[in-house]
Amino acid sequence: MDNSKAIFLKEATVNAADGVQRAFISKALGGYYTNRDLQKARYRDWERARDAASMAKWSAVNDLANVLEKFVKNFERNGGVVHWARDAAEARDIILKIAEDAKAKAIVKSKCMTSEEIHLNDALEKAGFGVVESDLGEFIQQLRGEAPYHFVFPCMHVKREAISELFTKHLGTAPTDSPEELTMIARRHLRQLYVDADIGITGANFLVAETGQISITENEGNARLTAALPRIHIALSGIEKVVNELDDLSVLLPMLATAGAGQPMTCYNTLYSGPRKKGECDGPEEFHIVLLDNARTRLLADPEQRDALHCIRCGACLNVCPIFKNIGGLAYGTTYQGPIGSVITPHLRGLKQWNHLSGASSLCGACTDACPVRIDLHHHLLHNRRNAAKESPTLFDRVFHNGFNFVIKRPWLFAAGGRIFRASLPLLQKLPLPYMGAWMKTRDLPKAPTQSFREQWKHDHV
Amino acid sequence: MSDARTDIFARIREALKVKAPKPHLKAETSSPNTSVAAKPWLPDGGETAEDSLLILAEQLAKLKAVLIRVPDHASAAKAFAELATTKSWKKVAYHGHELTRPLAATLTCEAWEADASFDKQKLEGSDAGLTTCESIVAQLGSILVSSRSSGGRALSVLPHVHVVIAEASQVVPDLGAALALVKARHGTDMPSMLSFITGPSRTGDIERILVLGAHGPKELFLILVG
Repeated sequence: MDNSKAIFLKEATVNAADGVQRAFISKALGGYYTNRDLQKARYRDWERARDAASMAKWSAVNDLANVLEKFVKNFERNGGVVHWARDAAEARDIILKIAEDAKAKAIVKSKCMTSEEIHLNDALEKAGFGVVESDLGEFIQQLRGEAPYHFVFPCMHVKREAISELFTKHLGTAPTDSPEELTMIARRHLRQLYVDADIGITGANFLVAETGQISITENEGNARLTAALPRIHIALSGIEKVVNELDDLSVLLPMLATAGAGQPMTCYNTLYSGPRKKGECDGPEEFHIVLLDNARTRLLADPEQRDALHCIRCGACLNVCPIFKNIGGLAYGTTYQGPIGSVITPHLRGLKQWNHLSGASSLCGACTDACPVRIDLHHHLLHNRRNAAKESPTLFDRVFHNGFNFVIKRPWLFAAGGRIFRASLPLLQKLPLPYMGAWMKTRDLPKAPTQSFREQWKHDHV
Repeated sequence: MSDARTDIFARIREALKVKAPKPHLKAETSSPNTSVAAKPWLPDGGETAEDSLLILAEQLAKLKAVLIRVPDHASAAKAFAELATTKSWKKVAYHGHELTRPLAATLTCEAWEADASFDKQKLEGSDAGLTTCESIVAQLGSILVSSRSSGGRALSVLPHVHVVIAEASQVVPDLGAALALVKARHGTDMPSMLSFITGPSRTGDIERILVLGAHGPKELFLILVG
């Protein structure tokens, strides 16, 4: 069994049995459902808004080369520097080179899942650069030495007592059980870091081709500070984040906030075009963007699942997913958790090692219903199962399908098999069957009929 | 070996040789055009200026931002001075502008113009930042500031309180209108930063419990004249 699958199964089994933790996650999501419904009700037609959001992303992704070229041209005209990275290693090298050239002493980061994807912090730390996550949730996860639990709510699984202990240990602060006080501790601690940092690293939620601006969505103000105070601003983004027009944001920004966090609009939605301009009193001297492929073009090459690149990373599909709520975000072992993660990870990291995530679904379709850009999530999980069976069938797939194929073509063998099966059913009841133990413990097998369906049909109709 | 840019574009062009079907749309109209200015399916921003102001007031209240409506500039200055006294501000940074200068002039505490190259530490130590804005979006309760209208990037986010002075005529119904106005005003010479501020800084990272003032201002005041 592959390592990623073994870890997944082990974690999922342990977490699904942890009733206390599951109740904690349900409670944390309760407020989200209420606020999301309140905000959705303000839309005069939510379904029509989803259509528009979906089309905005569809038209950009399906014309990616042209739209990306236009973005780059305008971004450069605004005075920014564009870097291209085919894979994670190239992206890390580009950022390391910028940090080395700048002789950076301190780096501050705002939330950026793409940087988790390329394991940027490890690379920076290994090269001797101090790097601090400034988003509160990411800061807590960095101190815990743990990956984000949820790509929008990184530490939603951590109780306040644990955060208080963590701060006492690392920052030497007095214990408290007030979320307000804990937030203020982080605020005070991080403020000086923005002022001292040489480089600020952010992600990007949208790249606007028409104007060459990047759009960053956040609630805390940490990305604003990260892009305001350090001398150099580096943004790291997947190539699929591009949209055609500035006006596309009039649909996408409110929908991202409503679907993702139950807000009318996230607190800060900021457009950056270039470094500090002439006549402006602050802002970075250099503005770099690293545009990352890292197997996104592999997903692009699959027209059936191409719409997974429409994802705006709102996290709505995680929040409604019965699997996510039961097994938790860490069990996935992926950068992107939940349904969208289960769909794209096999494309980004290999279907063979990650196909087990295609089974991490009840196929209830709640994710597809929740998606503001109408990604056909639960069908894509089925598509991945089919592709995996085709590409590298398991021993079970092969034996079962070949055996079935052999038998079904020979009616006499099928009939004989049926007779043997019916006769041996009472015996099966007593045998410990593989994979069926939990089911059989509390259930009896039905009594076998004396005749097969074909025999009954012949008897009644011929 | 070819460079990364060439390779990535080649991969994209190869991948897009096979067309993808359009998404399954629910609405009856076949192809929604996102560049139509009015989007009657998004949250309402008001048909008339009066409607918009009502929606704005409601949105700001929900966001825990404070709206102070005053009839004229003299009352705006008076309201600002009162705010400074009540909150016992010792140091206020402001963006030099005809709307802000009369307000700053009424202060008895230290007030400094943060438009020249400034000391980050001094700005961090300021109790409040006073700025103008580009526009105000009624639909969402968002205030659009820019590096031009708000004394750069940090003034509207680093001090502990942010106060915006604006005229009622700066209120636009929705986000689309605000973005169109930005394009009309700045064309290809955009300010290096444009930020829609929707309420005071906030986080829900600890147990999804709302806390205001995560990294940015804990309090946001909008003084609206007219």
